[in-house]
Amino acid sequence: MFLINCPYCGEREQSEFKAGGEAHIIRPKQPTELSDDQWAEYLFMRKNIKGIQFERWVHTHGCRKWFNVVRDTSNDIIKAVYKMGEKPPTK
Amino acid sequence: MTKNLRVRTSKFIDETYKISFKFDGKTYYGYKGDTLASALLANDIHLVGRSFKYHRPRGIMTAGSEEPNAIVQLHKNSSRTEPNVRATEVEIYEGLEASSQNCWPSVNFDIGGINNILSPLLPAGFYYKTFMWPASFWEKYEYFIRKSAGLGKSPTMPDPDIYEHKYIHCDVLVIGAGISGIIAAKTAAQNGFKTLLVDEKPYLGGSTIYQNSEHFKINNQISSSWLEKEINEIKKFKNLEIKTRTSIAAFHGYNFLLARENLTDHIPLEQRNNKTRQRLLKIRAKKVITATGSLERPLIFDNNDRPGILLSSAVEKYANLYGVACGEKNVLFTNNDSAYETAISLHQKGINIEAIIDNREEIDSKLIRETEKNNIKIYKGYTVVNTYGYKRINKISIMQLSKDGQKVVSSKISISCDCLGISGGWTPAVHLFTQSGGKLKFRDEDQVFIPNIYSSDQISIGSCNGDFTLDEILSNVPNSLREFLNIKKTDYENLEVRSSFNKTKRNIWLLPSDKVIGKTKPFVDYQNDATAKDIKLALREGFRSIEHVKRYTTTGMGTDQGKLGNMHALGIISETAGSKMGELGTTTFRPPYTPLTFGTIVGRNVGEYFDIFRKTPMHDWHVQNKAEFENVGQWKRAWYYPQNGESMHDAVQRESKAARDSAGILDASTLGKIDIQGTDASEFLNRVYTNAWSKLAIGKCRYGLMLNEDGMVYDDGVTTRLGENHYIMTTTTGGAATVLGKLEDYLQTEWPELDVYLTSVTDHYATISVCGPNSKKIVSQVIPDLNFSDESFPHMSFKNTKIDKIKCRVMRISFTGEHSYEINVQANYGKSVWEKCMEAGKEFNITPYGTETMHLLRAEKGFIIVGQDTDATMTPIDLQMDWIVSKKKYDFIGKRSLYRSDTIREDRKQLVGLLTENPDEVLEEGAQIVADVNKSPIEMLGHVTSSYYSPNLKKSIALGVVRGGKNMIGQKLIIPMENKKINVTVADPVFLDKENKRLNA
Repeated sequence: MFLINCPYCGEREQSEFKAGGEAHIIRPKQPTELSDDQWAEYLFMRKNIKGIQFERWVHTHGCRKWFNVVRDTSNDIIKAVYKMGEKPPTK
Repeated sequence: MTKNLRVRTSKFIDETYKISFKFDGKTYYGYKGDTLASALLANDIHLVGRSFKYHRPRGIMTAGSEEPNAIVQLHKNSSRTEPNVRATEVEIYEGLEASSQNCWPSVNFDIGGINNILSPLLPAGFYYKTFMWPASFWEKYEYFIRKSAGLGKSPTMPDPDIYEHKYIHCDVLVIGAGISGIIAAKTAAQNGFKTLLVDEKPYLGGSTIYQNSEHFKINNQISSSWLEKEINEIKKFKNLEIKTRTSIAAFHGYNFLLARENLTDHIPLEQRNNKTRQRLLKIRAKKVITATGSLERPLIFDNNDRPGILLSSAVEKYANLYGVACGEKNVLFTNNDSAYETAISLHQKGINIEAIIDNREEIDSKLIRETEKNNIKIYKGYTVVNTYGYKRINKISIMQLSKDGQKVVSSKISISCDCLGISGGWTPAVHLFTQSGGKLKFRDEDQVFIPNIYSSDQISIGSCNGDFTLDEILSNVPNSLREFLNIKKTDYENLEVRSSFNKTKRNIWLLPSDKVIGKTKPFVDYQNDATAKDIKLALREGFRSIEHVKRYTTTGMGTDQGKLGNMHALGIISETAGSKMGELGTTTFRPPYTPLTFGTIVGRNVGEYFDIFRKTPMHDWHVQNKAEFENVGQWKRAWYYPQNGESMHDAVQRESKAARDSAGILDASTLGKIDIQGTDASEFLNRVYTNAWSKLAIGKCRYGLMLNEDGMVYDDGVTTRLGENHYIMTTTTGGAATVLGKLEDYLQTEWPELDVYLTSVTDHYATISVCGPNSKKIVSQVIPDLNFSDESFPHMSFKNTKIDKIKCRVMRISFTGEHSYEINVQANYGKSVWEKCMEAGKEFNITPYGTETMHLLRAEKGFIIVGQDTDATMTPIDLQMDWIVSKKKYDFIGKRSLYRSDTIREDRKQLVGLLTENPDEVLEEGAQIVADVNKSPIEMLGHVTSSYYSPNLKKSIALGVVRGGKNMIGQKLIIPMENKKINVTVADPVFLDKENKRLNA
């Protein structure tokens, strides 16, 4: 069970949080303009990387805020945590 | 006649405190400080169990938690019975009762022993190979396999003990209180770290604490005396907590560890009541120091499993710590210097040693010279080739090894003995290190895996890090601690250390024999009866990966997880397959290190504490009125109210009829309620519901359907506009939390520009629904000041009002199709308003109804229940609810998915009504629906989702999903049941009052 540094509350145990899948998948502004394939790309396709992955997490049993986490999925080491709307760290 | 093998007083054994205990029904005596194993050995009992597969007699092999053989059942036929307990870890207490496992009728005469004779027929993978054909026989085989599998018996009565969980946070956790652990704990505590020291044993000091040899000295004191002083000092630190009888079960990432603390297992049963038995410690440590020591390796030779064969270090520990001789004619067999430490200890205690067999040929060390001085015969360059004695070893035969160690040469020599101590060198206990994600490296010179790359802020020190000798420990540990704790110096610099240990070892994984391997039984895994022969067979059959060989031969898969033999299995694989040990890797060490009880794992979360349950404000009223309850999520909901011994069916029929004939009342407080406020609230609802919300007038209610982005129905409920920028949304009972979560997700991540705030108010309001043709008369008595005329208060509208001085919201909405009102009041007034409604409804025979009647009434109207009539594959179109999907709105959650190629298929499963040919026949929910029973395989068209007998329509009604059902109205279909076929007709899902006349009745 790892620790997550919630950008609003500080470091808390993983059990207080819920994972929300891959981060930075933006809901298309005009879904009706999209072909089936384009819509399916948004709806279904996720990377599921072994290694550095950008993820969404929510502090369910805390402030209930969503935020982003950069996690190495091979060893659960969290490289960075940043708020929604902030740019992902480049390094 | 049993002998007394207690040799000389040990300061760890209190000989003034005699304890009686039973083993296999017979009474024996031991002393305070004994383990079950040491007390049995003092009574000259070695045979304690039978092996798993061949039922071979097995004895005590070790003196610690790595024990593979001496596995016993405690307190048979009692609620405190416990299987698979290691006799080497059980501290004896007055009244202890233990018995052998895996034998019948007794450990001395075991019928399963026939398997030993049949063993040529039971090779590795025997079960896989034999019970495969014919496949249909598996059920018969399984019965017998299940009977013969498993070791002990689990208890059949409730566990009387108390268990608990505890969180511990510390700066430094030290695992293991041997010499390295004591040094580490003291150093950490001295430097101000909040430190926790744990050890699985009841005493501190590891294996150093019972050393009594001039050959191992620190600052001119015998190592045990030196360590004793250190232990006395660490007890003084306020920032150091010491927990004995505490075993680390798991070492997870981020320095999160689980430990089991034993509190009452060592005291008599009658003193245990109302005390916590075991505690699961959840430890978060900033830094972890692993000092778990090392485990002695056995040697692998023919018949190396007989009772009386122990690890050499165990023979030494029994003598030094417990004052017990394991035999009167002891022989030691070794490939390194450790056995000589044992020899010297035994000699000091006056225990006879017949001989030492050392597979090394040209060796010399101080320890060997002293042993020779004591006139103990040493056979150098020899190996044991066989042992004799069925229930206890009585003889060994030895032969000289060839120069390359691959063969035996010369003639056999026989040596009679009643105990054989074996030593194959030491294996660092790296289990916890690897559990934490650490990577090992192989050290060729002494053939051990040692920690290499750490995954968190931790170090391994002492012999678990490959530093086996006293001088290595005392020179390396202080250096490691200085760096790890970032401190300038320790108390342990420049100690004067005498350590006479010669590190030379002659490692031969499988010792050669004069027989071909097929005729021998060299056990590698004692608990699972896996031999070197099995491993070689697996390799011949093509297995290469260590993980595969492990599973095929079951090596390392017992409750001891192969603590003794895993290295030999690797060694034999590497030699046979010609691969390097370092490249082969190891199998995965999984938690727990030693088995945990279920009690420890669940702690206090048993019985009513297993899960929380939620009660509505009117719960007590329901209980008083004899309601039966149904679990809906965590809620307890009134299910039906049986009167005068009514059956559920009769109660539901009565309630359903009363609700339509006169008046019914339902506790709807469990429905999820979300308060929505903000200038963009209407826009927000537009985006999350399929229908339009902008034009909903203040004071009006509207039903909404919420989809997932994939177009599938997710939730439904009525939302009311309380003000310009203020709504209250209701959700399904079960969906309340997830709907709020989903809405928050969209607000925070997709539409942060919207000015909308969501608050869950589910628990803040009690909701009372009064329905039926007399509902208006009842509610207007409860709230006399409110104008209930249809003009002023039409269907789908809401009023703010007061009952006495209590503010309430009244909605005229209906889930039954009847004229009905929903009163929402502050939760703590719920019960009193409910009682007011009951009082006012008396003259109209107001009938409380539960969830079952609610389901029946809504089914008559064809209203869906999300989660019952839908699963995550139903679109609103599939539900024939096209009317609620806005064509005008540009976008809402799930809109685009409603015209994906898959969602527009005509032959999707669609919701329909089902009427049985026989109106009294009620379908089973979940029953399959087909068109043609003669075609094989029968094509499944759908299934029944809701089914009831309607007292109002006087016939059976059902809802179901049927492939292409929308266009099948009037068609006949079949529901095949076990003994009959039921004919049904597809119908419109609305069975009652299609024109909605009753809403205004």
